[in-house]
Amino acid sequence: MSSADLLAPHPLAGPRARRPLLRRGGRALSYLALAALALTMLFPFLWTLSASLKGDEAVLATPPQLLPSTLHWDNYATVGQNIDVGRLLANSLGVALAVTALQLLTCSLAAYAFARMRFRGRQALFLVYIGTLMVPTQVTITPLFILVRLLGLTNTYAGLILPSVTSAFGVFLLRQFFLTLPRELEEAAFIDGATHWTIFWRISLPLARSSLAALSIFAFMGSWNNFLWPLLITTDPKLMTLPLGLSSLQGQYSTAWNQLMAGTVISIVPILIVFLLAQRQFVQGLALSGLKV
Amino acid sequence: MVGQHGWRQLPMLALFLLPSLAALLLFVIGPLVASLGISVTDWNLLRPPHLVGLANYRELAGSADVRAAVGHTLLFIALYLPTVLVLGLGLALLLNRPLRGLAFFRTAFFMPVVSSWVAVALMWKWLLNPAFGLVDYLLGLAHLPQPGWWADPSWALPSVIVASVWKDLGFVMVLLLAGLQNIGPQYYEAAMLDGAGAWARFRYITLPLLSPALFFVLVISLINSFQVFDQVWVMTGGGPGGASSVLVEQIVRNAFDYQRMGYASALSWMLFAIIFAITAGQFVAQRRWVVYE
Repeated sequence: MSSADLLAPHPLAGPRARRPLLRRGGRALSYLALAALALTMLFPFLWTLSASLKGDEAVLATPPQLLPSTLHWDNYATVGQNIDVGRLLANSLGVALAVTALQLLTCSLAAYAFARMRFRGRQALFLVYIGTLMVPTQVTITPLFILVRLLGLTNTYAGLILPSVTSAFGVFLLRQFFLTLPRELEEAAFIDGATHWTIFWRISLPLARSSLAALSIFAFMGSWNNFLWPLLITTDPKLMTLPLGLSSLQGQYSTAWNQLMAGTVISIVPILIVFLLAQRQFVQGLALSGLKV
Repeated sequence: MVGQHGWRQLPMLALFLLPSLAALLLFVIGPLVASLGISVTDWNLLRPPHLVGLANYRELAGSADVRAAVGHTLLFIALYLPTVLVLGLGLALLLNRPLRGLAFFRTAFFMPVVSSWVAVALMWKWLLNPAFGLVDYLLGLAHLPQPGWWADPSWALPSVIVASVWKDLGFVMVLLLAGLQNIGPQYYEAAMLDGAGAWARFRYITLPLLSPALFFVLVISLINSFQVFDQVWVMTGGGPGGASSVLVEQIVRNAFDYQRMGYASALSWMLFAIIFAITAGQFVAQRRWVVYE
C-alpha cells in the first residue's frame, strides 16, 4: 500500500444523498463518538494551557475554574527565572538538529551501499542492522554510559549527540526506497563515467526527498523527546535539554502547578509547531515505519 | 551489474558504509556484547570489575524487588494493551470512511503522540492530582469514588496506564488505519452482494485482512510496554513505596543510584531475553491467526 492513501477518500465513498436514513443516523453517531474522543485528546492540552495562566490561588481553587479570571503571564517569567528556558530550548534544538543531520548523512550513505553496491557479506551485514532494531535501549545503556564516561564525554554536547549518530531503522527505511529506483538511470550515468558518489549525490538522494523527510521527522522527534539518555549523562544545567529542565522544575515546585504547566507548555509548543507544519510527513512516516519493517 | 569494480571499489565502499557501521559497532553492538560481559562481574566503576560468575543472575532470580517489577510490568501490559488496541481499532474504523474534518481529527489524535513523555506525564499528573485535579473533581460531582491516583499505592500504576493509553492511542490508530485502507474494496462489494451484514463483514473480512497490521501493532506495543520508563519516572518515580516500580526503572536505579553495573546489566539481559522470547513466540503463534492476502 502507499501511505499516501491514508489521506485519500475511502474507495467505498458513495454519493451522500443516496444513503438511507439509518446510515445517516450511523454517520451522526460516529461523528459524535469522534468528537468526544477528539475532545478527550485536546482537552488536557487546553487544561494545561489554562492552568499555566492562572494565579497561585486560582490554580488550586475548588471547584476548578475552566478559564483563568486574570491572565498570569508572570508564571512564564517565573519559570524563566528558575530554569534557563532559552538555553534549554537552544540545547534541545541544537542536539536535535545535529542528530537529524548526522542520521540523514550516515543512513543515506549506508542505505545506498546496501541497495546499490556489491560486496561480500552484504546480506549478512544487513541482517545484523535489522537485528539491532530488536535490541532494547536499556540493554546497551549501562555500557554506553561507561563508554561515554571513559571517553570523557559526560556533560558534553558530543556525549548527547554521538550515540544517536546513526540509526538502523533509518538505513532500512532509505534502503527500501533506493531499491525502488529504476536502475536504468544509474546505468546510463555509469556509461558516462560517473562514480557511485556522483550517482548517489546527483541522482538517488534528490529523488529520495520524501523518505529523507520521514527520517528527519523521526530523528528530530526522537531526539527532542529523549529523556533517559540526557538524564544519565548530563548533570550540568548548562547542557540540559528541555525534558530534563522540565523534570527538574517538578522537583523544585511540587505544588506550583501553574508554573509547572507553564514549563510544560514551553516544552510542547515547538514540537507541535513542527508537527502542524509537517503533519503529512509525520503520519506517512509512521505508517511507513509501521507496516514495512 | 552496476558497480562491480572489485577491490578498487573498496575506498568508495568504505566511504559509504563506514560512518554508519562504525557508529553501530561502537554504540550498539559493542555495548550489547559488553553488557553481557559486565553482567558476570561486580563493578561499581570506582574499583576494577571482578568476576562473580552467575551471582548477579542468581540474585535477580531471588529478588523480591525484581519479582514486584515484573509483576507491575505484566499488570501494566494486561490493562494497557487491550484498552489501547480496542480503542485504537474503534477509532481507525470510525476514521476509515468518507468524513468531513478528517484532517482535524487526525491532528487531534496525533498531538499526544508527538509530545514528549515528560510533558504528557506532567499534564496527567495535574489532571489526576488527588487534591486539586480536575478528574477527581468531576468524579466527585458524579458521586463516584475519588481515587488518590499517583499518590495512592493501589492507583499509581492505573494512573500511568491512563496516561499511556491517552498518549499512544493516535499511534495505534494510524497503524491500523493504514492496514484498513490496504483492504481492497472488492471484498466488501462481494460480501454486500451476498447480503452480508455489517457484523459479518467486520468479522469475516475486516478482522482477518487486518490481522497483519494487528500483529505488527501487537509486537511493537508489547516491546514498548516492557520498556515502559519515562512516564513511570516522572509520574510516580516507581512509588509510592515501590507500588509502580517497573523493570527499566529497576535497571536505572541499580546502575545509576547504587552503581551496581554488573547487576543492572544482568537485569538488562533478563529484560532482553523476555522481550526476545515473547516476540519470537508471537511470530510462531501468528501462523494460527494472521492472514496474509
